[in-house]
Amino acid sequence: MEKQYVIGVLVANISGVLSRVSGMFTRRGFNIDSLTVGETESAGLSRITVAFRGDDDIKERIVTQLEKLHDVKEVEVLDEHETVIRELLLLKVRNDAATRQDIMAAVEIFRSKIVDYSKEALICELTGETSKIDAFIDLMKAYGIMEMCRTGIVAIERGANCLRTLMERGQ
Amino acid sequence: MELTGAQIVIETLIEQGCDLLFGYPGGQVTDLFDALYQRRDKIRFVLTAHEQGAAHAADGYARASGRVGTVMATSGPGATNLVTGIAAAYLDSVPVVAVTGNVPCDQIGRDSFQEVDILGVSMPVTKHNFIVKDIRDLAETVREAYRIAKSGRPGPVLVDIPKDVQQAKCEFTPAAAPIEPEPLRRASAHRLARAAEMIAEARKPYIYFGGGVIAGNAAAEVRALAEKIDAPMGCSLMGLSAVPSEHPLFLGMQGMHGHYAASAAEDEADLVIALGVRFSDRATGKKERFARHFNIIHIDIDGAELNKNIPAQLTVRGDLKDALIRLNEIVQPQTHPEWRARIGELRQEEAKRTAQSHAVRRNAALTHDSIIDAVAAVAPEDAVIVTDVGQHQMWTAQRYPLKTPRSFLTSGGLGAMGFGMGAAIGAYLAAGKRPVLFTGDGSFGMNLNELACAVTEQIPLTVIIMNNGVLGMVRQWQALFFDRHFSGTTLNRKTDFVKVAEGFGAQGARAETPAELAAALEKAFRCHTPFVIDAKIDTDELVLPMLPPGGSIDDIITVIR
Repeated sequence: MEKQYVIGVLVANISGVLSRVSGMFTRRGFNIDSLTVGETESAGLSRITVAFRGDDDIKERIVTQLEKLHDVKEVEVLDEHETVIRELLLLKVRNDAATRQDIMAAVEIFRSKIVDYSKEALICELTGETSKIDAFIDLMKAYGIMEMCRTGIVAIERGANCLRTLMERGQ
Repeated sequence: MELTGAQIVIETLIEQGCDLLFGYPGGQVTDLFDALYQRRDKIRFVLTAHEQGAAHAADGYARASGRVGTVMATSGPGATNLVTGIAAAYLDSVPVVAVTGNVPCDQIGRDSFQEVDILGVSMPVTKHNFIVKDIRDLAETVREAYRIAKSGRPGPVLVDIPKDVQQAKCEFTPAAAPIEPEPLRRASAHRLARAAEMIAEARKPYIYFGGGVIAGNAAAEVRALAEKIDAPMGCSLMGLSAVPSEHPLFLGMQGMHGHYAASAAEDEADLVIALGVRFSDRATGKKERFARHFNIIHIDIDGAELNKNIPAQLTVRGDLKDALIRLNEIVQPQTHPEWRARIGELRQEEAKRTAQSHAVRRNAALTHDSIIDAVAAVAPEDAVIVTDVGQHQMWTAQRYPLKTPRSFLTSGGLGAMGFGMGAAIGAYLAAGKRPVLFTGDGSFGMNLNELACAVTEQIPLTVIIMNNGVLGMVRQWQALFFDRHFSGTTLNRKTDFVKVAEGFGAQGARAETPAELAAALEKAFRCHTPFVIDAKIDTDELVLPMLPPGGSIDDIITVIR
């Protein structure tokens, strides 16, 4: 059955590692919904969060192929019910006297923030799960989205489990 | 001691046990070549005609010996010319370290002269690759390259070294011994116990083994398992030579051009024990057919191969040799008289179909079969059989009587025409055993320039060209599946291969009859330099049997009328 998976990947923080990881997906015909990368608490390690759609078989193949990459130190499929998933959106919408009040109301209900205000445009900032971001964008379409960008998701497991502990245990 | 980067590379190669380096010089490796000159007492350098030949030679060296092969080339075209050779090693899991020079760090990314992002180019065809931008990382990186190349499932590793790093200086402390590979993962006892249970329940077990048996040095253990549980064996192209061809339980190569009995036995089995294989489409045919009526136990060192192409009921990840030693201890001896009788019938059916196929053969004086038999009759016992890619490769794989592991070298996964010349040179320099290269007029044309290298290095190489005047394998597909539209496959060259050989300083002979072939072979095997035999065979000869791509044993073609 096809569903969305989110995996956390600890990688060596060296040049080229992103190419290796994303290249594996391209080369083997796996599609990426979202990929984010950033530094971690440990020097020398970066963390990549990849979201993709697929069945259990594809998920297994992705995990085992990632584990083969020399610079990949740990791979974990994150359980959707036990994971905090967030995405950040910056959205520029037309600032118009006729719609301003509606936009402001939506911003408040979604717990978004206006981070830039000019005569012609407003920039809203929103964090949340993908579904919340999607809903907000959907709503804003009516008011004239001028441009937007979203970070793609980052995800971290609830509780005391840590990818790095897994990595250290595996070594 | 303080050394230049170039000296550090050469010292590290020596320390890692590299005694032979294949390659080709160029502008960005002049420092490395100078350092090599200083240590020419320790490393023999073999100059090939082309970097591709050098990469195949390093690969052939590794395949024949089990040691890591090493190749060096300059930046840009030198590096890109290595790529086919590196890819061939990657697809067949061969440990090779490739060292390339690059433009100085401050010129990288500016499209400098002979600059290519070889890291990016080689990423999909290497197990791992490095660029060293800091001389302090150089020695450790080269050591790490050897470690990765020979650890677990082996593979090629490329190290790219900008010229300024070669020229910089740094303290160097040689290591006392070559770096150890990572410890091999051991199969779980629980899973091996389950495997033994499945084997005990099976009435018609079949062993399908591949190149992992040779790389994992587990040939004796595979035979022991087959004999203990009375199971017939078949193999992939890469598995050939692991088990002697005449072993009574061995049915030969299975798959697209495999033996009928091997493919049929696999199809009728109730348990397939897959050892060191990756279920390549060429070895398995139709995927859906698989696992329809048999169970699979899949043992491999590479976890990513388990359930990749074919789902198995039981997967066991671990070193094959260790896993089989332990499995052989716990399986109960078995006999399967009914299954054995059925295998006998399949063998008879195979013989019958082969005879039918021969009956419709054109009357050529020389056939691929007669050529292979004539060579096998007079070649030294310990000859290393090398092939290029195409019809001659499949014929040789089907028929040549092989005896010991690492005596059959072929480009299986990549299927790189032109593999053979370099591989044969490397194999001889590694193992000192006479190489025999079976090739075709197409494949030989790709890298015959390496005759120059083979002559210089005095390789007693016998080249047998099965010359049919066409690119036979593609032509075969055109004959069978494209209404005989022979598009782009007719060579019809005026090349005189005997004169070509002589022009390179080698010897040669043309053979159109069995007597001429026998005379040529007689000379070739007495010769201490390369000897090229141009053997004429019929243009329309096909490789049979053939499982059409994506087909099953039901679709097998054994006779063309």
